[in-house]
Amino acid sequence: MAGNRAASIDPDSLSWYEATARQRVLALTDPGSFREFLPPTERRMSPHLPLFDLPRAFDDGIVVGRARLDGAPILIAAQEGRFMGGAFGEVHGAKLVGLLRAALELKPKAVLILFDTGGVRLQEANAGETAIAETMRAIVDARAAGIPVIGLIGGRAGCYGGGGLIAGTCSRLAVSEGGRISVSGPEVIETNKGAEEFDSRDRALVWRTMGGKHRRLTGGADAFCADTVSAFRKAALALVGRAPAFDLQTLEAEQARLEARIDQFGDCRDAADVWARLGVNDPESVPAMDTGAFDETVARSPEADHDAR
Amino acid sequence: METLTFRHTTKKPLAGSVPHAITGVVASGNLEILLERVLPPDACEVAIETPIAGYGDVWEAVVADFVARAQPGGLRISINDGGARPDTVSLRLLQGARLMEA
Amino acid sequence: MTLAEILASLFPQGHAVAVRDGLVTGTGPFAGGQMHVVGVDGDTPLGVDGALVLSRVVLDAVRASDRAPILVAVDSDSQRMSRRDELLGLNECLAHLAKAILLADRSGHPTIGLIYGHSAAGAFIATALATRVLAALPGAHPSVMDLPSVARVTKLPLDKLKDMAKSTPVFAPGLDNMVATGAVHVVLEPNLSLEAQIRALIDGMSAGDVRDRLGEERGGRPVARAIAAAIADQARLG
Repeated sequence: MAGNRAASIDPDSLSWYEATARQRVLALTDPGSFREFLPPTERRMSPHLPLFDLPRAFDDGIVVGRARLDGAPILIAAQEGRFMGGAFGEVHGAKLVGLLRAALELKPKAVLILFDTGGVRLQEANAGETAIAETMRAIVDARAAGIPVIGLIGGRAGCYGGGGLIAGTCSRLAVSEGGRISVSGPEVIETNKGAEEFDSRDRALVWRTMGGKHRRLTGGADAFCADTVSAFRKAALALVGRAPAFDLQTLEAEQARLEARIDQFGDCRDAADVWARLGVNDPESVPAMDTGAFDETVARSPEADHDAR
Repeated sequence: METLTFRHTTKKPLAGSVPHAITGVVASGNLEILLERVLPPDACEVAIETPIAGYGDVWEAVVADFVARAQPGGLRISINDGGARPDTVSLRLLQGARLMEA
Repeated sequence: MTLAEILASLFPQGHAVAVRDGLVTGTGPFAGGQMHVVGVDGDTPLGVDGALVLSRVVLDAVRASDRAPILVAVDSDSQRMSRRDELLGLNECLAHLAKAILLADRSGHPTIGLIYGHSAAGAFIATALATRVLAALPGAHPSVMDLPSVARVTKLPLDKLKDMAKSTPVFAPGLDNMVATGAVHVVLEPNLSLEAQIRALIDGMSAGDVRDRLGEERGGRPVARAIAAAIADQARLG
């Protein structure tokens, strides 16, 4: 199998951000354990992109299948952020929906979703949008059946648009510094509301507002990883074991958590103001902190850890 | 989109027994290559879909050079091109052949 | 139809549904019990604050465990696009609202979406698209993105896009296309009683998510159902 070849990649040195979706899957899961569903040889490509004179991908930009993680059976999906920005088209979305529906029957230890997406693929917008809604329903069904759905976010396309909503539906999220989570992207806000509202060229602003560190400090993500595949593997293993139930109690707790966040930080203009109010001594130093220093900062944030998701 | 197909006869089959492999990503200036060991051992077919029309001669030369160097007998090679330069194409084809040989 | 007209047709005996800052909440008598109504009116964008107001109402209904239907009525803009909303975790707040609606559905509350105006993107996903059955009224115009913006992003001429939109429902804005993809289950008849039509929808609800099957039957999403089914088939093989 081609898969076993690439499994020789060293997960300790492989950058999550730089890796392809396939490399992430192979290096994250137990060596030789990955079996792909609808692999590239089946050529289930987009029926729509040729109308736009755009090239297709054999997997429509998402790799899905089964594997083992520390010996336990899991289902896994990985978006390829470099193909069409990892966006949800008809085939791409349906592959994720099918995988989540299969989870109900197979009862894996977890479903991992390796997000890397700008949101909906505009050339297939209605299909993509509908697939996102189907995905969220399927995640809720899986979670209610006791199957943790874990999102891993650290790719170059980030996790934007409907991808951000799907992430918010997962049981747990791990994120790296480069993993941005947001609904409206910086360019979208700037285009619609002007550069005074959001200057998309100010990359530091983008990272402060939507980046992994801000999300982790405020409880928008449950683990912060260095940018290696092994760090994400470790985080995924830890998160699988402590997934919150999907029930009224969890959602009541999330309601209270999010209301409290808005009460507490609703008048903040910048992420640094939020961090200061969280008790971070030197908020300006957060973006430059290494993983160790940042972990210590997270440990002191009252908002970071919770079961309210 | 332009579709190109090149068929070659090779002197020998490609070594190894890997049934299929994929390398690369469809992105601007890049391409993905799917290799499948499904043809007779002395045959190689390369099919390309590219959004950039009018470069059939360049593709023909790059593929011929690859076939001469790698002797990829038995392979059907399918390419989704995102506008890759010829040197990138050559590199990826050789990468793909190595994956199949292993 | 305006929201007032909709509520009058749905609750001929009167109702207690109010609109505040573009957010719709309240109840009305329905089928011998009551119906909860939440929603967005007046092409209002949905931000963190509004999402949590609506989710609060939905969770209250679930806690009351009266199994009363929940109508999610939508004439919204897209998600509110601002630095503040993203700083405060708009993705979590919109997902939370969708989860609340999905939880209600799982808890025995029939959830019905009703789009009677605009809706788009994150606001649409968090509200109407999170319901079990989504109905529309003629004149509704859901979209992911308007064609001029699609033209800008795809770098295709607007005239060409307009031409393609006629034959390709998968990308073009508008109600007909969202019906074709299966996202909108049915278009209601405004001159007939909405109460009767929505009662019929609730009575006819199917258990699973049928949107990909509808999209296949209607031609707007030709392959999604088959792809999802093929994945499940391959997953089943040992």
